[in-house]
Amino acid sequence: MAISFDKALGVHQQALLLRQQRSELLASNIANADTPGYKARDIDFRQALAGTAISTLALSRSNAAHLTGGSGAISGSGAAEVKYRQPHQPSLDGNTVESHVEQAAFADNSLRYQATLDFLGSRFSGLKSVLQGGQ
Amino acid sequence: MANPLDIAAAAMNAQMLRLNTTASNLANADTVASSEEAAYRARQTVFATVLDGQRNATGVAVSGITESQAPIPKRYEPGHPLADDAGYVYGSNVNSVEEMANMLSASRSFQNNAEVFSTVKTLTLRALQLGKQ
Repeated sequence: MAISFDKALGVHQQALLLRQQRSELLASNIANADTPGYKARDIDFRQALAGTAISTLALSRSNAAHLTGGSGAISGSGAAEVKYRQPHQPSLDGNTVESHVEQAAFADNSLRYQATLDFLGSRFSGLKSVLQGGQ
Repeated sequence: MANPLDIAAAAMNAQMLRLNTTASNLANADTVASSEEAAYRARQTVFATVLDGQRNATGVAVSGITESQAPIPKRYEPGHPLADDAGYVYGSNVNSVEEMANMLSASRSFQNNAEVFSTVKTLTLRALQLGKQ
């Protein structure tokens, strides 16, 4: 039986990609904090992950011709839908970046990125331990 | 692929240019000239978003530098070596208070982007360590 990395790593590899994509967006928001007319953008992480995650539910099949679907199939294109942020206090020049909001979102995203890295790391060490027979 | 490090670096470049213009404005706040055309006018950077065709991430760049159209103050100083025939010298239209505010804003933005840069660097280093522990 082959080892499936997709199954072993679970949702974390998609999560890591999305975190990376989100950090790019937040970095560009912070970079454009002084650009007139710039609209701050972000992705809805939960929705984006649901769109790309490995579906764990198996389809019930009542006929041999039905598709198996389910386990291990990665759906979605991997690109999250980007949305515009609703500003609390938009500025006169049309810029909707609020530095403190973006800072907080960036810090939150970084923390969760590290957490995802830790999860992935422990999956890897689990795989290693299995390959070495627990020695 | 647009990299958060590139984005932060582009933003730091742009803010640095803004800081330079502010320094130049403050340095020339008391410059005088012998005609209205030759007088120093306060300079302002104009920021524009750099769009990346494939990805959504964007950087920032300085798209131009404008000169302030505020009126040039003229003073009657007949003894001044730069005075014109009527005895007037023309000062600069730099507003020191505006420039100081601009300077603070630029330096805060620079700090924000430097922070982003160092965070992304740490995260990338950690990603490189993946699976090694």
